[in-house]
Amino acid sequence: MATSTDAGAESVHHDDHRPSFYDWKRWAYSTNHKDIGTMYLVFAIIAGIIGAVLSGIIRWELAEPGVTILPHLVHVPDAMQAQLASGEITQAAVDAYRIDAAKHHYNVMVTMHGLIMIFFMVMPAMIGGFGNWFVPLMIGAPDMAFPRMNNISFWLLPASFALATISMLVPGNGQFPGFGGGWTLYPPLSTSATHHGGASMDLLILSLHIAGASSILGAINFITTIFNMRAPGMTLHRMPLFVWSILVTVWLLLLSLPVLAGALTMLLTDRNFGTQFFEPAGGGDPVMYQHLFWFFGHPEVYILILPGFGIVSQIVSTFSRKPVFGYLGMAYAMVSIGFIGFIVWAHHMYTVGMGFDLEAYFVAATMIIAVPTGIKIFSWIATMWGGSLEFKVPMLWAIGFIFLFTVGGVTGVVLANSGIDTALHDTYYVVAHFHYVLSLGAVFTIFAGFYYWIPKMSGYRYNGFLAGLHFWITFIGVNVIFFPQHFLGLQGMPRRYIDYPDAFRFWNHISSIGYAITFVGLIVFIIVLFDLFLARRRAGANPWGQGATTLEWTLSSPPPFHQFSELPVIKPDPHH
Amino acid sequence: MSNGLDPAKQRRMAMTAAVCVAVFVGMIGLAFAAPPLYRAFCRVTGYGGQTQVATAAPAQVSSRQVEVRFDANVAPGLPLAFEPVQRAETLHLGQSGLAFFRVRNLSSQPVTTVATFNVVPHKTGQYFQKLECFCFQDQTLAPGETREMPVVYFVDSALEADPNTEEVRSITLSYTFFRSVDDAADAAERAAANGS
Repeated sequence: MATSTDAGAESVHHDDHRPSFYDWKRWAYSTNHKDIGTMYLVFAIIAGIIGAVLSGIIRWELAEPGVTILPHLVHVPDAMQAQLASGEITQAAVDAYRIDAAKHHYNVMVTMHGLIMIFFMVMPAMIGGFGNWFVPLMIGAPDMAFPRMNNISFWLLPASFALATISMLVPGNGQFPGFGGGWTLYPPLSTSATHHGGASMDLLILSLHIAGASSILGAINFITTIFNMRAPGMTLHRMPLFVWSILVTVWLLLLSLPVLAGALTMLLTDRNFGTQFFEPAGGGDPVMYQHLFWFFGHPEVYILILPGFGIVSQIVSTFSRKPVFGYLGMAYAMVSIGFIGFIVWAHHMYTVGMGFDLEAYFVAATMIIAVPTGIKIFSWIATMWGGSLEFKVPMLWAIGFIFLFTVGGVTGVVLANSGIDTALHDTYYVVAHFHYVLSLGAVFTIFAGFYYWIPKMSGYRYNGFLAGLHFWITFIGVNVIFFPQHFLGLQGMPRRYIDYPDAFRFWNHISSIGYAITFVGLIVFIIVLFDLFLARRRAGANPWGQGATTLEWTLSSPPPFHQFSELPVIKPDPHH
Repeated sequence: MSNGLDPAKQRRMAMTAAVCVAVFVGMIGLAFAAPPLYRAFCRVTGYGGQTQVATAAPAQVSSRQVEVRFDANVAPGLPLAFEPVQRAETLHLGQSGLAFFRVRNLSSQPVTTVATFNVVPHKTGQYFQKLECFCFQDQTLAPGETREMPVVYFVDSALEADPNTEEVRSITLSYTFFRSVDDAADAAERAAANGS
């Protein structure tokens, strides 16, 4: 139907049964990996905008010392307004209520910004979006192994997101709505009735359970697909690195998410059914929650970045017109990062007092991660070295990623030291660190992948000027946001507070200006999207030339609704 | 898209999925095995300053001395006054010590408490042995009651042989009283009854 047939071996497909775009059943009942991937990407963009707005309110509030913005946004209950009108309470009491409410709302926004960005933006975009779209295409498979399970994986996610959103609106802490205990959901803040007795936390637990179920089903699907549905000749060691990255990522999901599910279930039963897993009075231990959470949480941060490693490997190779340097080393670097990711969790909790021997172990194990990560950085640079470089927009994002991720990695090695971390724990230095690797690292790879593959996915080319503008504004903006946060952290500013002493004003103000710059970048991105679909510049099967060697570029753009009904045969010749 | 796949391949795919499900179930099981394992780990290693329980006083007494300091805390909202009767005791390794803690119920309701405890430095937990302690049972205090409660303990002379505890000259034994879980439920009921 609307498929372009301008090039590629797939023009032989005459029976391309693509249903109408406007048929709701096409999306609701979809079993097509490309449609499901598209839905994941749209979902991630929407959730990402919501998460970005939350962080905007955070930065707005922090632009000046004092509790300045949020009290004006607080809704004062009608009963309280009536009391004020009748003179029962003073204006000062209402102002105090506004301040209290503002503090709680701030905590809720910090919490939800983290959860939304992790579970509803980065993971859906990378694994659900690009993974669904390109893993089957890259390994020469007609679709995912379990297409209907794929549909469930996606549709669980809006349900989960709806619960998370509702949790922001129902009572959490006393009369105030939402859970404000941070994305890590530590007890006692998450269990004690005096802190968060309301239904908000229960909804959040349920939301994360469902998001976890979605990811687990997706992980099983990817593992089965990659292990069983590769085209003839596509051995594991000939798979593109993006497929390798997804394979490692979904194994991490499969091994770590059940532990989160267990910990969340314990929170739920502690809250509602009288168990005492994390309650000292009943023989429990709140620190045990931290161990369980971070046994999930540390692999989770690699889940967020590993697919990005894969995307960047494809892009750097394409725009250097060279196979990636050290292919096997790159693949097994990801495997070892995944493995080591499971044995370093306690570096998130050095301050619980775990004893020097344990701390020494976790310091050493954590620093070892810098070795495989360093292998990847050096291999990307070595791929570019002597290559025929083209600085198209995806390459800009990829190089931006390599630079920013290295900065975040360096501060990570600093924080790995338990002695330094004792001073920097829960300061803005940590916030700067994990935003450099995630907000700047992972998000840059998502945009890199988006610009790299959007001609394939949509069939249209983006406007190069606007896309370049998007990159440069975002690159400048995020650095202005997060680089000063290193200084704030080193000066001792703790994270998760609505207010700060005047001494921290200068860099906080700069940081908030950086947010404004980044937000302009986000608007440019939306303009790029509109331009892309309105201008309809045909992309052709392979817009990137001879550097783009993976199988998706042998198909038309957009690819036919069903592809590879005759499986491609991969020659023993190096594919990458 | 299962069309075109031969049965052997479908069996292999089902097998892969089954292995994944088994891994998932196994990890869930490990997560729920964690609390008992964690408790056992803390008990055996003294992790987090967990103290040990001994049944008999040691025969050997070392010449090395250690100062044992006492610390008492009450969880927020619990109407108790709780303090050690003596600030510190100095004794030899292997020598049994006897310390008292004084607790007073400030409220007009009976209070049932449970005590959590540890020692600092944490690494001495595996050498800190208690023969008798009020913390072994829940304590119920009548309204206004004052009670002096004993701890009989010793510091194992093995501490001397451990290079990690070479510099230890003083150990702080700390208790925190919490309202026991059953009592907390009763108190909540009483409060609800009074409120209605």
